[in-house]
Formats: sequence, C-alpha cells, structure tokens
Amino acid sequence: MAAKTIISRPIYGTLSPQPGKHHLFIADAEGALAIIDMAGKAPPGFFDGAEIDFIPGPEGKHIAALEALKPAQLHLSPSFASLLPRLKQTLTNAHMGLRIYLAGTEGLIGQAMQVALEAGVDHTFMQTEHRGSLARRMQCVHCKGITENVTTQPALCSHCGLLLLVRDHYSRRLAAFQGVCINAEDRSEIPPMEEAFP
Amino acid sequence: MSTGTTKLDVVVSDVVPVNELVTRFHFRRRDGGLLPTFSGGAHVVVEMRDRDRTRLNPYSLMGSPLDTREYTISVRRDDVGRGGSLFMHRQVKPGLEMVISYPVNLFSLDLRAKKHLMLAGGIGITPFMAQTSQLAAAGGNFELHYTCRTASLGTYADVLQQRYGSRVHLYHDDREERIDLDRLLSSQPLGTHLYVCGPAGMINWVRDRAASLGWPSETVHFEHFAAPQPGAPFDVALALSHKTIRVGEQQSLLEAMEAAGVDPPYLCRGGVCGQCETNVISSDGKFIHNDHWLSEEDHRSGCKIMPCVSRFEGKSLVLER
Repeated sequence: MAAKTIISRPIYGTLSPQPGKHHLFIADAEGALAIIDMAGKAPPGFFDGAEIDFIPGPEGKHIAALEALKPAQLHLSPSFASLLPRLKQTLTNAHMGLRIYLAGTEGLIGQAMQVALEAGVDHTFMQTEHRGSLARRMQCVHCKGITENVTTQPALCSHCGLLLLVRDHYSRRLAAFQGVCINAEDRSEIPPMEEAFP
Repeated sequence: MSTGTTKLDVVVSDVVPVNELVTRFHFRRRDGGLLPTFSGGAHVVVEMRDRDRTRLNPYSLMGSPLDTREYTISVRRDDVGRGGSLFMHRQVKPGLEMVISYPVNLFSLDLRAKKHLMLAGGIGITPFMAQTSQLAAAGGNFELHYTCRTASLGTYADVLQQRYGSRVHLYHDDREERIDLDRLLSSQPLGTHLYVCGPAGMINWVRDRAASLGWPSETVHFEHFAAPQPGAPFDVALALSHKTIRVGEQQSLLEAMEAAGVDPPYLCRGGVCGQCETNVISSDGKFIHNDHWLSEEDHRSGCKIMPCVSRFEGKSLVLER
C-alpha cells in the first residue's frame, strides 16, 4: 500500500461489491486476485451482470480462476492499448448504474480511470485496489513524453534522455507521475540509480 | 445572526396568480439597480413582517439566472401551515417594501455532468425553472420529469412544454400517470446527474431507487425545505446564554431562540443547510427530528438537533447555545 505523501498521490482501497446490476472490472496480472477475494463477499448472482476485462501479462496466470466466477463476459487482452477500443465502446454504450472496479498495477488503474473520467465517471465513484508491481507511468515534464513501467529512482526519460526524479506528484488527466530533471545544474552529476518501484 | 445572508431591500413589483393554489411574486431593488447574480437552484429567505411577528421562509428563485433585474418566487398556499404562505397570498401586494436575503444555493447543478435528469413533484418545480433556463442558455443537456396532481395544478407545465418541448415529461396523478422510475434510472447515459425536488416521500423514493440501481450518491442531488411543523409547546435551557425559553405551538425552536435574543447561524431555515446544527448537552424526553441534514445515527444519538425544523417532547432539554 502506497503511503500518502502529497495530495495528488493516489491511494487505493480494497474492492467491495457495490449495489447495482451492472459491474465492469478492469484488471491486470495479480489484480485478478483482488477480484477473486472480493467475490467471496459478493451476493449470489453478482457476476451475472459483470464484465471482466483482464490483461494477464507475461505469466498468464489467474485466467481459470476468473472463468470460475462465471461472469457474463470475460475478455482477455494482451495489453492496455489493445483493450482500449473495447473499453471506450463499452463506456459509450453504458448506462448510469454501471459500477467500475479497477485492480492491478498503478499504470493499469490510472489509464483505465482516465478513460472512465472522459466518459463522465468521477474518480470517487470507482473502486480501486492496487496489486502487483509498483512500476510507474511517468511523464517527463520537459519533453512531455510518457515512459511506461518505471521502476528506478532516478529514471531515464525514454524520449529525451534526461535523468528524471520520479515525483509522487500525479496527474489523473495524464494518468502519470511527473518526472523532473534531477541534475539540471550540472549534467555531469549522476546520482546512483536505485530500484525504487519494484 | 444569518450567516452569509446579507439583506436586500426590495419592492414587490408584481403579484401574479398562477393557478388556484400558486401565486408568483416579483421583487426589484428599491434603488432600481441590478440584483446579485445567482445560479439555478438558489433560494432567498423572505422576511414577512406580520404585525408583531416576523416569519422567515425560504423560497427557490425561479426566474432566469441571466436576468437579475428582478427575482421571482412562486408560493403555494398552505391553508393548514404556519401562516407564511397565507401572509404572502393575502398581505403582499405590488408596491410593498420587503426585505429578502442574498441568494444562497444548496441545490446547484453539477456542471461536469454529461446530462442532467430532473424530477419535480408539485411546487418542487420552482428551482428547475431557473436551472432549465440556465442550462438551455448554455446548450446543456437536460430532461425534466414533472409529476403534478392535475393539469390545472401543474404549475408552469405549459410554459415548460412550450420552451423545451419533448425534453419535458408530465405525469398527472388524477389520470393515474406514474413515472416508470426504475426504467428511467436504468436508461440514463453514463455521466448523468439526478436532481429531485418535491415532497419528502418522493425524494426518499427516488434516492432509494437510485442507490439500489447503482447510482453513486454523489450524482443524486435533492432539496426539500421542510416547513417547521407545529407541535406541543416545550421548554429549553440555553446553557451558554443562561436563558430558559418556551417554544410555542406555532413557533420553531430557532424562532424561539431568536425571539429571546439568541442568534444561532442559519441559512435555509428548512432543515437542509446544516448551519443551525446545535449540540445537546442533556435531555430527558423524545426528539422529533424533521431535518434532512443530520445522519440517522445523529438522530438516534440524541446529541444534536436542527432547531429550524425539529422539536422535543419530554421533561428537560439543555442546548449548547
């Protein structure tokens, strides 16, 4: 569980079944375990109106366990990018009463939330649970490029090559943490790079 | 002391009967200037000086927020109420100088919404008159469902239909027309906000169904000014001001405190805004809570009371005032 440092740093909860008939789950990798844990608290028939969009990741685990929940739909995607068109379509056609649950890595939660925000769902209406890697999606504040799966502090911008301090300052609109040049005064000064977000 | 309610000196510029129960009142500034800006859903508290008695009743502003040359309110006559609406209907004539509060909005539109779904019951239509004007001027997406007893008591139904056509849906009790609420709530696009104003029973029903059907509570907005209910007189000790007062049958606890020279803060005087929330120091008896502000837990605890609308029956009550 991430500690709250500055006000924009997202904090995540524990998924809990919400009232309503329609439920949309978006999860990656170990996020599946959050859904499975929540299923134990869900009323009978809860998953009859549920769609699970799952990105299993390289290890490809947990698919059978999600199938066993018998959701109305279980959709597997190799990446968030490949899920995106479907997710947008689902939200465009959705009605009030749809509950949204996001579980897994911060990058997945943030990007799925970003799409839901655009569809008119306030971030406070969504259930979130962080599971798995602490890897961050980072925006370089200098070139605006986004680097995915940042695990080190500082981190290299994959676009402009600057060495960036990965801040807790988070943008919901961009679904990214802000990275700021760590050695702007003297580029020869190279602080040691540590594994900070495993 | 009326928190945030600076007074406006106004003159009644017109009085228009709308139907057998409802009359509309127009106010202009006595100095001829523009009135303060307001947003759809705002209300003003009207001071009614009736011989030795002053009543302070909240009414929603129903004119367009784009026109601040005048404010308009519509008052439904209540023959068995505490007399505020009868005073307005009988005593208030064009040319009368009155005092009203600055507008306060406790029922504002959430302009982040992709769509605004409005449910009105009876005289609960008034805030929506202003809100629909505001939204229509800005190209906003709204739909209004209005339940009234009969066509002739459907206050402003004709005006609304003329202005907004198929965006207005009417339901008449005498024709057994009922709103299919579950279907309506289940067919709204994502990003819709719901607004409901009408009798308490209607508000409770709509909130309950919306919650069951999965609407987040932050998307459900409601307003109901509870008129203070008359009841048996009771005595109250005010610990901070060292006074013991009697609340009369037709008086609210807030009014009794004001009459004794104690001025708790207030805004709505209808159990909605929370300003006059008062701590109970001790009590021996039964609270009659009539507000929409305190939680059920607060009501059960017996530690808080909203003096604008709630009463007490029993041996003793000591308040932190």
